[in-house]
Amino acid sequence: MTPAAALAPAPESGRDEEERGAARSLMRGTGLLVLVGVLLLLVVLSTWIGTKDTSLGQVWSALWHDDGSYTTDVVRELRLPRTLVGLMVGAALGVAGAVMQATTRNPLADPGLLGVNAGASAAVVFGIGVVGLSSFTSLVWFAFLGAAVATVLVYVLGASGRAGPTPVRLALAGAAVSASLGGLIGGLTVFNAASYDYMRFWMVGSLAGRDTGLVRDLLPFVAVGLLLALLMARPLNALALGDELGKALGTRVARTRLVAVVAVTLLCGAATAAAGPIGFVGLVVPLVARWLTGPDLRWVLPYSMLLAPILLLVSDILGRVILPEGELEVGAVTALVGAPVFIAMVRRRREVSL
Amino acid sequence: MTDAATGSRSDHVSDAVARPGPGAVPPWEPLAGWRVRLWSGRLTFRVHRRTAAVCGLAVLCAALTLVVSLCVGAYPIAPPDVARALFYGTGDRLAVHFVNQERLPQALLAILAGGALGISGAVFQAISRNPLASPDVIGFNSGAATGAILVIVTLSGGAGAVATGAVCGGLASAFLVFLLASKGGVHGVRLVLVGLGVTAMLGSVNSYLLTRSSLNNAQSAHVWLVGTLNGRGWSSVRMMALALLVLLPAALLLGRHLRMLELGDELASGLGVPVDRARIGLIVLGIGLCGVAVASAGPIPFVALAAPQIATMLTRGPGVSVAAAGAVGSALLAAAHLASSQFFTALAWVGDRVGWLALVDDSQRNNQLPVGVTTAVLGGVYLAWVLFKRRGTGRA
Repeated sequence: MTPAAALAPAPESGRDEEERGAARSLMRGTGLLVLVGVLLLLVVLSTWIGTKDTSLGQVWSALWHDDGSYTTDVVRELRLPRTLVGLMVGAALGVAGAVMQATTRNPLADPGLLGVNAGASAAVVFGIGVVGLSSFTSLVWFAFLGAAVATVLVYVLGASGRAGPTPVRLALAGAAVSASLGGLIGGLTVFNAASYDYMRFWMVGSLAGRDTGLVRDLLPFVAVGLLLALLMARPLNALALGDELGKALGTRVARTRLVAVVAVTLLCGAATAAAGPIGFVGLVVPLVARWLTGPDLRWVLPYSMLLAPILLLVSDILGRVILPEGELEVGAVTALVGAPVFIAMVRRRREVSL
Repeated sequence: MTDAATGSRSDHVSDAVARPGPGAVPPWEPLAGWRVRLWSGRLTFRVHRRTAAVCGLAVLCAALTLVVSLCVGAYPIAPPDVARALFYGTGDRLAVHFVNQERLPQALLAILAGGALGISGAVFQAISRNPLASPDVIGFNSGAATGAILVIVTLSGGAGAVATGAVCGGLASAFLVFLLASKGGVHGVRLVLVGLGVTAMLGSVNSYLLTRSSLNNAQSAHVWLVGTLNGRGWSSVRMMALALLVLLPAALLLGRHLRMLELGDELASGLGVPVDRARIGLIVLGIGLCGVAVASAGPIPFVALAAPQIATMLTRGPGVSVAAAGAVGSALLAAAHLASSQFFTALAWVGDRVGWLALVDDSQRNNQLPVGVTTAVLGGVYLAWVLFKRRGTGRA
């Protein structure tokens, strides 16, 4: 139950209300289970479907025993890592988006709003154009570092006011840092063809060519980020009512925002470092999750955590088979798959609210 | 320009609403100004003195910047030589070419495009009542980008073809957004959400096109996407001027409704504004103005965002003034153009004097920074400065 509902005076038909609440919880719980099932199915499909035809039995045995065959290599070295990266990046982006939208009290806030994407991109361009890096692994850490530095800058700028990091100040600070970094990226890439060439592929966002080492390296950050986000569900719910009311309900406003920003930075920074700046997922998935569950973050967060990897894995699988030869990057497919569904949902709803 | 222009901020309220009796000062009256009557009273408007002053100053700044940008550059030309090249077409052949064929049209284009962007920003911010809004809300810029990239990548077209492609793409995507969002009237939130979806899809298409084309084509598309005036000539200026000849008077006429619309639909229609008609007219105008700017110079960031805000700050008016936003936009983009065209020259100059700062080698001396880079960086710094300045107030 949301704090707003908790604060409301008990209605006369208290029992009815309680039953309806229980039924609602049951429905939301069932929905969550269904999503888990869909996600598991997609994980299977993602290790199965690809240019190389394999039977489900072969995939199963390849997952458990490394018999050195070509099929085993394809499954273990190519499909399994990108599936795991997809799960990790999807969960991270979905939750980061939901936390971001709650923290800034802006239902259309993008997880990149804190300058994460701009910081990571600027670091990658700088790393290639100025430092002269070229290997993916070193660029991953460069991107992560860039994202962290940009977010710290945004937070310091946003929190510099007497009122602390208010939603509007955070959003404006994010816009300011992103714009300046965007200009720098533009300036560097216009005159450096090599960094632009890397950039144009990195910017799309892809899961291909990642190895399990990447998952192992970035998983701790994502795990901590997810944990922090889930712990913040209740205080963020209270802050949704406004800073004053949140304070009155016993929430420490500044600390909640700081923890939320740390969580978003870890999640979004790791996701962007692993797969490039994939847009749309972190913005739209929490919005749809809210339509399904209502505003309570204790439901929105798990729903986003499942819906986002579902969207990402579906897009990745489609991207592998959609072209007659070669494949389409997941970042290019996500919006092509997700946006029509999203637009149809917007059109079907009689009352559109955020 | 100032008279007719500032008329746009005419106190529409005082004409439309029954005026309170003498002595009573209504809350919207504190604007000190002159009342102007034209055609024996058929057209009356009020010129806000401070707004007129801001417009005049901004136009003066833009003009000064224009003069300076004619003289300086990698090939400096003395003012008397500039005047000779400009008015008689005589003197050093290189000077004549630089002044007449490159510096003058580009500087003029900066002024015109800046004005168009400033006004279109004012329109969209007022209509959506969101100080960060831009025509991108309805998918215009991403559609224009798709059109331009398609022309560059598939046809390797010149500036004219790219401009046409951009305008067609932008209009098509804006139209698509309207079509998908309309369902018994265009609802604000639905428009924004559909715009978001269409923008995301076009973004995918754009990155697909950029990754599947040759590096050369992708790079020239990239330069266009950053926003640049380099290489533009008189044909762009002519197109821009013709379009503004139609759009500007319309914007100044409709602009007086903006302040009312900012108050909300109910209040605005209560004050005698035909809300729906005014809004659609203003959106069409905003798209048109942004469209001509994007067509001639690419999607230059931040001018549309910052110009109306700076204008409102300077005029200290209660709402945005279309004329002031346009004038400030002109001055901003003209200054940004001057700065970016001098960037490498200045770097080389510093490098010649301070050895360890020689960042620019000879091959880069004649490069011109795309103006979009300058506006983005300066725009970000401006926003940060606004944030820093207001840190004590508790407001954003």
